Amino acid sequence: MADESKNAVVEPVVSNNGYEVIHSKSSLFYDLYERKSELKHQTHYCPGCGHGVAHKLIAEALQELGVQDKTIFVSPVGCSVFAYYYFDVGNVQVPHGRAPASATGIKRACPDKIVISYQGDGDLAAIGTAEIIHAANRGEKITVFFVNNAIYGMTGGQMAPTTLVGQKSTTSPWGRRPVNEGFPLHMAELISTLEAPVYVERVALSDNKNIMKARRAIKKALENQCNGVGFSFVEILSPCPTIWGKDPVEARRWVLEAMVPTFPLNVFRDHKPEMPVNNAPPQRPVPDVLEITPVEGAHGAVAGKHAHHFKNFTIKVAGFGGQGVLLLGQLFTEMGMREGLEVSWLPSYGPEMRSGSAHCHVCLSKERIGSPLISHPDALIAMNEISLRKFAPQVAPGGLILYNRDTLPADFALPPGVRAICIPASEMADKLGSTKVTNIIMMGALLEETECLSPGTAMGVIEDKVKKVALLETNRKALAAGREFIDHQVRIAVTQPDGFAE
Amino acid sequence: MRQLCKGNVAVIKGAILAGCRAYYGYPITPASEIAEAAALYIPQVGGTFLQAESEVAAINMVYGAAAAGVRVMTASSGPGLSLMQEGISYLAGSELPCVIVDVVRGGPGLGNIAPEQSDYFAMVKGGGHGNYRNIVLAPASVQEMADLTVLAFELSDKYRNPAIVLADGFIGQMMEPLDLEYREVVLPDKPWAVKGTPETRANLINSIYLEPDELEEHQREMEAKYMRAHVETRHELYQTEDAEVLLVGFGIVSRVLRSAVETLRQDGVKAGLFRPVTLWPFPSEVLAEEAAKVQKVIVVELSNGQMVEDVRLALDGKVPVEFYGRVGGNVPSVEELHAQVMERIASLV
Ligand SMILES: Cc1ncc(C[n+]2csc(CCOP(=O)(O)OP(=O)(O)O)c2C)c(N)n1
Ligand code: SF4
Ligand SMILES: [Mg+2]
Repeated sequence: MADESKNAVVEPVVSNNGYEVIHSKSSLFYDLYERKSELKHQTHYCPGCGHGVAHKLIAEALQELGVQDKTIFVSPVGCSVFAYYYFDVGNVQVPHGRAPASATGIKRACPDKIVISYQGDGDLAAIGTAEIIHAANRGEKITVFFVNNAIYGMTGGQMAPTTLVGQKSTTSPWGRRPVNEGFPLHMAELISTLEAPVYVERVALSDNKNIMKARRAIKKALENQCNGVGFSFVEILSPCPTIWGKDPVEARRWVLEAMVPTFPLNVFRDHKPEMPVNNAPPQRPVPDVLEITPVEGAHGAVAGKHAHHFKNFTIKVAGFGGQGVLLLGQLFTEMGMREGLEVSWLPSYGPEMRSGSAHCHVCLSKERIGSPLISHPDALIAMNEISLRKFAPQVAPGGLILYNRDTLPADFALPPGVRAICIPASEMADKLGSTKVTNIIMMGALLEETECLSPGTAMGVIEDKVKKVALLETNRKALAAGREFIDHQVRIAVTQPDGFAE
Repeated sequence: MRQLCKGNVAVIKGAILAGCRAYYGYPITPASEIAEAAALYIPQVGGTFLQAESEVAAINMVYGAAAAGVRVMTASSGPGLSLMQEGISYLAGSELPCVIVDVVRGGPGLGNIAPEQSDYFAMVKGGGHGNYRNIVLAPASVQEMADLTVLAFELSDKYRNPAIVLADGFIGQMMEPLDLEYREVVLPDKPWAVKGTPETRANLINSIYLEPDELEEHQREMEAKYMRAHVETRHELYQTEDAEVLLVGFGIVSRVLRSAVETLRQDGVKAGLFRPVTLWPFPSEVLAEEAAKVQKVIVVELSNGQMVEDVRLALDGKVPVEFYGRVGGNVPSVEELHAQVMERIASLV
């Protein structure tokens, strides 16, 4: 920092009539308020406004702590929207009520900087209630100054969540009536019910003694941040003479006599919470995290090893959720990709899955894939009867249905030109020791019957996905069982309407 | 090496390649896998993932991080994007760069979670208050979910403006091969940011200009920037050389239209496809050039007709424009679009 004197302690000078006389201005404020369009030597705040005093106390504390260069001041929407006219620090002006969220984004980007969220009562306790509660609850390592003047100053005197019972405002013209508007919100108390905050105090800009207390609280809240301890919150009861219709002296008295009984001054929290052990995520190089680097020992591309006797081959897999329907589709897609094909996989998602059924579309193609949505699949793998009945009519002429049962339902009519093979895959899987491999049996059958993809690629993909040795063995057996079923078992001869039997 | 990847996951892989190390979001189907991938990957490369208390908070966390000069993003779907609109307006007004992904679902209201393209107006025309634009990119594949996210970061930094990746439920949920190449990113210098350093102490991030003349000047400067951004238009053509009917669609619809072009050509119809990749800036000039060569333009959208307005503006009445839309989460099949085109060109033959 260039100027040593900037860090000098500034003591407020108190005159006889109780006013604080600003003989010296904190050097943390700009000399001239160039960002104002006129009257650049004075503030835009009304005479006797608490914001001015709060600003001064904050500026002095920052100056004393010597952190001017590393401070980022987040100003709200309210009378203090223009705090950036005055504070010679980095300034960010944010939407109404959202300062704690924006301060979170800033602090997470610059953890070693001093981030201040300065907010009014409408801003913090009405429109921004969620943001302040959650920032506090996360224990963001920021400092929040909450200027409670029991009114919306900037918009001309509407009711605030902190407006006192009976207090008149332009939107509570008969005085705040709890039956209609509820009771004043006690933010300091509310925040102090949370576990994470380290420091919560309410102070009042009502008289010199209390201003000195406010000064200490503000400095402490900033010191906490300098020490990286956690979330600090100072509620500052603050006069708004203009809207209250009082002169500055009366307004200060009103803070003490009317506000303090509702909002007691207190240190509500001053301790560091126990933080449970932090499971820090492992740090890995970007190419590893993004799976750009091939995993060691994995089976990679096998392009060119298998002859694909099609231009496009489309598969629909359907069944209950939990039958490995979506996974089976993904395995085919992964295999196709490894064999150098263009591939796409499109799942059913959302409520349909919740009701228990799932399906997916797989496209294998030698050309760039247009629509990933299949209207007429070349092959349907129906893992249950509902799927068979629902999707069989869509199967392309000349297409194939693999049905997870030993026979087709008695009343079921196959669409013309479509073949069906019934495989009791669930029972076969049970015999292999795991119903989970039903889908792999179906895979084996499809590969054997259509030769769309190579069983070798299938095993490569399965080996890469299944890490448990025993389970891998069951998968291997399942794939073989599906293939053998096609080779050795009697095919269910399927009769077409014209009497042609395969 | 190609990897099989979900569209939503590809977004985060692209973002990390682009140097994004900050994600703030709130879950919503069909965009949740973006947040989940961010939660899994970003902390492993030294970044921040935070699940915000709402989309309102999320976009304002993005605002803060963007103000501090880091590459930051969020993602959501319809209802979440509606909540973010105030924040997006502030980001644009304060000239802060960030990337926002909208995996569009059915609306209005809670609608459903199936794909639609009905957020076009909200994203392309603004949606928040005041005079501003979003840069809007519309991916049509998993690869583009990554690539256009990278581009979105670059353009948002270049123009200091939010950039939106406008996808849909299908593009977000589907899996396709993804080919990524790792290279060191050179992050742009942001001397305007507020970083809590002596050099940036004088900086101010702000969208309030009390004096009408000052606000007007600010908006004129933004407008000039938006005019400059028109060089960024991107589009894709398919079989347009000899086309007599031009089909126009973006995102998932462009995929179905591409297949329809093939089946139509098998039936002797000279169809071509124009796919806008940037929705703002809209590729009006090239579209007008291409349309001048055909007898009819048919726009297909998963909406009741939103982009079609930009197509009509671009063509200025010179070529007949027809529209076909499906909504509610229905995505037309190739056969359906084939039939719709046949019906609409019957008068031409
Ligand atoms: C979203 C939104 N709603 C409403 C407003 C209008 N508005 C500006 S300031 C304000 C109230 C400010 O009151 P408070 O936070 O108590 O600040 P004070 O002026 O009293 O310090 C309101 C309602 C706004 N700017 N943005
Ligand atoms: S209206 Fe009230 S809060 Fe606003 S500047 Fe005037 S005195 Fe201060
Ligand atoms: Mg107030």
